[in-house]
Amino acid sequence: MSDNAVDQGKRTWLIASSCAGAVGGVAVAVPFVSTFAPSERAKAAGAAVEVDISGIKPGEKLTVEWRGKPVWVVRRTPEQVAALKTLTPKLVDPASERTAYPIPEYAKNAGRSIKEEFLIVIGVCTHLGCSPSDKFVAGPQPSLPDDWQGGFLCPCHGSIFDMAGRVFKNMPAPDNLEVPPHMFLSDSKVLIGEDKKA
Amino acid sequence: MAEFKVAPANATAGEKLLTWVDNRFPASKLYKEHLSEYYAPKNFNFFYFFGSLALLVLVIQIVTGIFLVMHYKPDANLAFASVEYIMRDVPWGWLIRYMHSTGASAFFVVVYMHMFRGLIYGSYRKPRELVWIFGCAIFLALMAEAFMGYLLPWGQMSFWGAQVIVNLFAAVPFVGPDLALLIRGDYVVGDATLNRFFSFHVIAVPLVLLGLVVAHIIALHEVGSNNPDGVEIKGPNAPKDAQGHPLDGIPFHPYYTVHDILGVSGFLLVFCSIIFFAPELGGYFLEYNNFIPADPLKTPLHIAPVWYFTPFYSMLRATTDVMVNVLCVILGLAAVGALLKGRLNLIAKGLVVGAALVAILLLKTFDAKFWGVVVMGGAVIILFFLPWLDYSPVKSIRYRPQWHKVLYGVFVVIFVVLGYLGIQAPSTIGTIVSQVGTLFYFGFFLLMPWWSQIGTFKQVPDRVNFHPH
Repeated sequence: MSDNAVDQGKRTWLIASSCAGAVGGVAVAVPFVSTFAPSERAKAAGAAVEVDISGIKPGEKLTVEWRGKPVWVVRRTPEQVAALKTLTPKLVDPASERTAYPIPEYAKNAGRSIKEEFLIVIGVCTHLGCSPSDKFVAGPQPSLPDDWQGGFLCPCHGSIFDMAGRVFKNMPAPDNLEVPPHMFLSDSKVLIGEDKKA
Repeated sequence: MAEFKVAPANATAGEKLLTWVDNRFPASKLYKEHLSEYYAPKNFNFFYFFGSLALLVLVIQIVTGIFLVMHYKPDANLAFASVEYIMRDVPWGWLIRYMHSTGASAFFVVVYMHMFRGLIYGSYRKPRELVWIFGCAIFLALMAEAFMGYLLPWGQMSFWGAQVIVNLFAAVPFVGPDLALLIRGDYVVGDATLNRFFSFHVIAVPLVLLGLVVAHIIALHEVGSNNPDGVEIKGPNAPKDAQGHPLDGIPFHPYYTVHDILGVSGFLLVFCSIIFFAPELGGYFLEYNNFIPADPLKTPLHIAPVWYFTPFYSMLRATTDVMVNVLCVILGLAAVGALLKGRLNLIAKGLVVGAALVAILLLKTFDAKFWGVVVMGGAVIILFFLPWLDYSPVKSIRYRPQWHKVLYGVFVVIFVVLGYLGIQAPSTIGTIVSQVGTLFYFGFFLLMPWWSQIGTFKQVPDRVNFHPH
């Protein structure tokens, strides 16, 4: 073969047909890869949930499921609310300025809530998606700083959050816990997943 | 077409059949090339059991896997119960399942030993680079296989383990969240995820794994096995007999097939003891939290991957903001060092400074979370480059300076410590130790081109060390 001259015409056609074959291959791959995306059924399962919060006592937490994720409704005690303001220097994003998990305008305050008493956040750590555990009791404890004021501890990688779901500095989690869209229908009913847009 | 061979007139029926086959398929040729005339060095030691043991475990996993699939249901509502059904109601189902679950851990024990063998005897050095690279790819495929298999019982650890690992991909800048969505097939780990992991675990990854194992062995038999002395028994100057067979080699079959029966017996002794007396092995082979059905609303108080992932998991956890700052400082110092000490021209120096600045900028731009993923992935990927990092004049640890042996010892200790810390709940001191360990791990490999040349090396003999018994 080596002593034969290169047939340029043949080579052009070989390159052209290889390219056409590659395009065909990519086109066939598209439907296969597309099947990895969420199905229509998975997309449809995202309705808002209505929660009765009248039974929650101060210092207690209620977990409800919204879009397959745990959403926490925490009724904070006055001491816990007061402690929030003292933590500012220790937090990554005390004023919720970061945009990875945009916070609704109505919750953009130190308590990250509509009503100071009720914290409503998605209980999924922004690091790798574990659900943090409650550490509401103040004071020194294992895996927590000695001046602990109450909050949440992620059991997977040790990230800690305050009672407003704000992450402390130098933790694996980069962001505060996500606040879902929500609205109060009455004093005892809250709708998670929808807010007053209009 | 090759010439047809004809069996001698007085040949038996068996010989005639073999001749008939050999004229159509290279049966005798393959048998000779890979078994009866594959010459392996005769000085193999204990560490050389683990290659054949890995093959044995692969067979165990495939056979038990086939039988498990007959009873398992890949459905988020049924999966957990179907595993319990296998354990309680299927005749001998518990044995098949324990063989499979113990086999998973055994696979990693055997493969880690096999890799350690390659590491200390320089089995990755020229001309065995591709043997090593195929091996690293097998390790990677094995990790994928183990991870996806772990989701199938749909227990708490299955669910939350998958949640954490899939979210690792979400940390990739720009495309991360979409990528994680594509892997899960839903907004949370759910039925869609379970089904696709099942498909990957039982068919896609095993196919890749088998192909890689074949490539690994073909490449090995092309270049010949290394040995504890790192002496090339088939080299141009190596002593050979009249037929051209290496004097330091013996045919794989029957010598090493019989020899490996001892290894298999020892292995099965331990393997069966675990299956029958401690199938959970104190929570290390089967984690206790996985006996609780998956609950998407509640993370177990302590979650850790199975033991074989924990060294890498420790490195992930070690990468905090402080660690990223430390990495920036190290990069800066390395660049300054290169400027002062390196014999580089002006352009190269400019490139070094530029690269260091870009790297530091990137380190500070993206979250530590993303860099944790990079560190964890990099810890595995760096193994692929080992053949081009080692500059030592000898292959085997036997002829290296004494302090090299100490260094390899420290490396093993650090790897085990990282593994231990990965199992433990996060703690301040644990994080610091794992940060030091992570730096050592990467330093060991990245500085290898430098340290592997230093010291007084012993003279490598012409023949292998072999004492017949």
